[in-house]
Amino acid sequence: MSTDNFSSSILTMVTFAPLFGGLLLTIFPRRDRDVRIFALVVSLLTVLASLHLPVHFQRAQTAFQYEIDRPWVSTPNIHYHMGVDGISLWLVLLTTFLTPLCVLISWKSVHERVKEFFILLLILETALIGVFTSLDLFLFYFFWEATLIPMALLIGVFGHERKVYAAVKFFMYTMIASVFMLAAILWLYAQVGSFDFIVIREKIMSGAVPGFASAAPWLFLGFFLAFAVKVPLFPFHTWLPDAHVEAPTAGSVLLAGVLLKMGTYGMLRFNLGLFPEQSLRNAPWIMTLALIGIIYGALVAMVQPNLKKLIAYSSVSHLGFVVLGIFSFTQAGLNGALFVMLAHGISTGGLFMLAGILQERRHTYEIREFGGLAAPMPIYAASFLFIVLASVGLPLLNGFVGEFLVLSGAFQARAVYGILAATGVIWSACYLLWMYQRVFFGKITVPANNSLSDLSGFEKAAVWPCAVAALVMGVAPLLWLNAIDPAVQSALTPFAQVISKVVGR
Amino acid sequence: MTPNLNLWLIPILPLAGAAINGLWGRRSSRQAVTTIALVFSGAAFAMALWVAARFASIPLPYQEFLAHWIRSGTFAVDFSFYLDPLSLVMLLVVTGVGLLIHIYSVGYMWDDPSYYRFFAYLNLFMFFMLTLVLANNYLLMFIGWEGVGLASYLLIGFWFTKDSAAAAGKKAFIVNRIGDFGFLIGLFLLIRHFGSLTFEQVFHSIAPMSPETAEAGVLTAVGLLLLVGACGKSAQIPLYVWLPDAMEGPTPVSALIHAATMVTAGVYMVARSHVIFERAPMALTVVAVIGTLTAFFAATIGIAQTDIKKVLAYSTVSQLGYMFMACGVGAFSAGIFHLMTHAFFKGLLFLAAGSVIHAVGGEQDMRKMGGLRTKIPVTFWTMTAGTLAIAGIPGLAGFFSKDEILWRVYQASWIYWVVGIVTAFLTSFYIFRLWFLTFFGEYRGHADGAAGEHGHPAHGADRRHGHAGIHESPPVMLAPLVILAILSVVGGYVGVPGSLGGGNRFEKFLDPVFRPITPGLNTQHNAPGETNPPEQQSEGTEPQTSHATELVFTGISVAAALLGFGLAWTFYYRNPQLPERIATDLDGLYDAVVHKYYIDELYGEVFVKPLLDGSTRILWQGVDQNLIDGTVNNGADAARHVSDQARHMQSGNLRSYAGWIAAGSAVIIAFMIWMGVGR
Repeated sequence: MSTDNFSSSILTMVTFAPLFGGLLLTIFPRRDRDVRIFALVVSLLTVLASLHLPVHFQRAQTAFQYEIDRPWVSTPNIHYHMGVDGISLWLVLLTTFLTPLCVLISWKSVHERVKEFFILLLILETALIGVFTSLDLFLFYFFWEATLIPMALLIGVFGHERKVYAAVKFFMYTMIASVFMLAAILWLYAQVGSFDFIVIREKIMSGAVPGFASAAPWLFLGFFLAFAVKVPLFPFHTWLPDAHVEAPTAGSVLLAGVLLKMGTYGMLRFNLGLFPEQSLRNAPWIMTLALIGIIYGALVAMVQPNLKKLIAYSSVSHLGFVVLGIFSFTQAGLNGALFVMLAHGISTGGLFMLAGILQERRHTYEIREFGGLAAPMPIYAASFLFIVLASVGLPLLNGFVGEFLVLSGAFQARAVYGILAATGVIWSACYLLWMYQRVFFGKITVPANNSLSDLSGFEKAAVWPCAVAALVMGVAPLLWLNAIDPAVQSALTPFAQVISKVVGR
Repeated sequence: MTPNLNLWLIPILPLAGAAINGLWGRRSSRQAVTTIALVFSGAAFAMALWVAARFASIPLPYQEFLAHWIRSGTFAVDFSFYLDPLSLVMLLVVTGVGLLIHIYSVGYMWDDPSYYRFFAYLNLFMFFMLTLVLANNYLLMFIGWEGVGLASYLLIGFWFTKDSAAAAGKKAFIVNRIGDFGFLIGLFLLIRHFGSLTFEQVFHSIAPMSPETAEAGVLTAVGLLLLVGACGKSAQIPLYVWLPDAMEGPTPVSALIHAATMVTAGVYMVARSHVIFERAPMALTVVAVIGTLTAFFAATIGIAQTDIKKVLAYSTVSQLGYMFMACGVGAFSAGIFHLMTHAFFKGLLFLAAGSVIHAVGGEQDMRKMGGLRTKIPVTFWTMTAGTLAIAGIPGLAGFFSKDEILWRVYQASWIYWVVGIVTAFLTSFYIFRLWFLTFFGEYRGHADGAAGEHGHPAHGADRRHGHAGIHESPPVMLAPLVILAILSVVGGYVGVPGSLGGGNRFEKFLDPVFRPITPGLNTQHNAPGETNPPEQQSEGTEPQTSHATELVFTGISVAAALLGFGLAWTFYYRNPQLPERIATDLDGLYDAVVHKYYIDELYGEVFVKPLLDGSTRILWQGVDQNLIDGTVNNGADAARHVSDQARHMQSGNLRSYAGWIAAGSAVIIAFMIWMGVGR
């Protein structure tokens, strides 16, 4: 009995612990140092609590677990319904894993409005976790929009030169796109009378939703547009480089690490979950856009003179792999998509932290300002290379497993897509290693770089966990895959029935 | 019950060495670093010897499961290892030559400030290379495949403050990635059609197929795609361009990675996949043609290089071409035989070249050498052994293996043979040119010449400071030279062909691997006792040609070698002014050869430059900034003019946005309540 209670309240605890900490932070400590320590403790406690989830997760079981379902508002019929499956479980973990690292990397770099900064960070964490745990569409939408405000404020208040422009651009893009999703959610509610994801899904599958057949294409697009902008899928990606360049390091880490995954998670959960037939019908052009994103993002990343923009465009490329995998509707493709989401969160999170470390020392992200850094900063250079290799997809590091599965799945679904997407392994080596060469190798050309200090203790504590995670995920991917695989399998079951109905497969 | 060999320890041991030196080497003494590096790579060699000693009593192929790796639906890949005569040969070559080169490096790298880093990388390389040769499935092999590429990248760019070294490392990695792209697609095809990447399962499914069955197209495609990967790793046309640049790395690296072991991985992979290639004749022909072209093409470049290591680099490309030729005509064991002897003599040549470079204070230009014969006698004699071996002088290792290849390719087509003989002549010419230029005539350089290879200014200074004048290398460097010299002399006797009175034991040893699998009958599951092949069945379809014919061909190839020697003697010993005159006469052609036919420049103009320019101008500035952002911003501007209210939205004041959200949310909730009421 008591375990049942705990089991149903654990998600609430994990989700709201950071918010609670953030609220406490408004009243309790005053000195900046105490604020930092407090934020770190809160985020670490959240990690601890979230570790309960994978440890007690029934891996073979495909239903939602740690479920809690309480009526919240009777009219309209909103439930406080939460739960995780093998798909969302790891995204929650990714969020709780990255947040303490964000606290650490901001330890020295944020020295104005420290309190506000960490409050926003913790609120953001709650909103992000909420997105992945919500099973009620209203709740989901609430968290979805709730991520916008702290993120926009982090960029707009704590960012660099053009921070306001970037924050507004970020905000407008994702806000406008979300409106379409809201319309789709409201339509579904009007027909079904519930926001509950599971209820809606069952109604749709059993054909009990009036007018669904004619509305489905629009509903699909409504959801898809909101997610596509968030991912961001080509050609909706132009907000991303600007947002990243201006965002403070911690903002970039959570933006690239988790926030983008809200989009791909949404596609998997809602587009595939609610509209399998539409997903199949729309797959060709979506896969094409994903493919363009993979190659386009990589090529544009290659010629960026700005380190952070380069990483941002590389995200466009990596997230293209995720979308490609999802819309391949193959076991390998979806498993891989999930894995790339996690791997990208870790490695790109790491890359942004490393870029931030450099910016803090030199106040620039321009690649030509660097060169020869491997000599004055050997530990930094080695750490950077490790994360770069993870991102390049070197086998035994985390990037490889996901990319391999996605490409294999895409190849099975449509060989040409798989082949073209596989050129990504060449491009990623090009842009990352060329960047690495220009930053770290050769002789030092800018005198200021001679005296750069190597990684500090806090920086090591922020970066090295990413490196360790990249290695563990690459060597023992089964720890993740054996929970992902059954969930993906059940996500794909409707497709077996639908596939026969759609022509062209 | 199969004995447990714990094969997994063989790659893990060097990995442990790499980890220890990589993490703590910076604070350890050179002695400690040396001990760790040598003990762990030595232990791997010892284990390999132990496995070889027990080899006769092991049921083959021996497989060992360590752990699950990837699982997705029904697709599964494990960390599992595979041992058969082919992997044993590779295992012994890699650990044996690897250990020798580790020992040599102790002397060669002793003065380098990043001594620990060098050995960490070298051990890391051993880990990946051993994973590659011991893998029981293509994906595990791919780990090693990419991993050796990483080690190569790190070691080529070891002296990273030198721009050319950093660029060469990057180039090697990227060109290899192009090859890996093909490899990957090949793997996807295998997964799609056979649902597995395990050698045993894939080959078992393929065995009943033949060029006439429906799946022939798939096999051809797989073969060609794997070949793309092999061309990258083994520096074949058109992906060979990275290997000459890779000479920027320290010389022991050139010997170990870019001559003896890593670059042969492509040959190993093709041989390992012989079941596929044998059923894809077209793919096999492409292998042979690429090998033949590369062998000849690279040899012609080799004759005009002046950098001692560049000569050896092009020579390596050319010799790898021979191995591909052999595989391409189905003579896999001949290819592997040459792989092994080449590991001995080319490893030796590189190490000896390193000893020469060491002696003359870092100079690599042969025009500034000469007359070193008496000053560094041990280096001279060992290098002579390597020179004779690669030139194909009878009795030495290279003679037997090259002769075997030429004989086999002749049976496939006389064209291969003619090109092979011409290449053998060129080989002999360029290697004796190197020999004469380096060791004979007058010394043309300055003993305290500027550091060539050693990009580290501090390092070069150390070196000059420590040694005065031309000097022989320390014993720790000479011992590996001597051992490799002995192997280069006698290493060929394991495979003396029948026509020369030998028993061709090497081929018979490998026979269980390459014996054609009869359709429907899986020989992989043969009883242990049957691993020794029946006498009458030898590899491929050897026609009953008389030994006399074979001897005639041997005579011709020996003549080609002697001709090359004679020409080199005339040009570079007897009449040193002659080459210059000829070069002037042949103006255009000579120029093209010296500049390696301008292939690098061509690739730069055709691929690299358009890619960078196009990405910058068309994609980034054109599409991203002008088209997409321009459209969005114009749209926003237009909207701004629609009403004054809207202008407030663009004011950029975040607080007002927060207000907008609050207002918007209120409207939404009100709307929903209204809807709920309305129901």
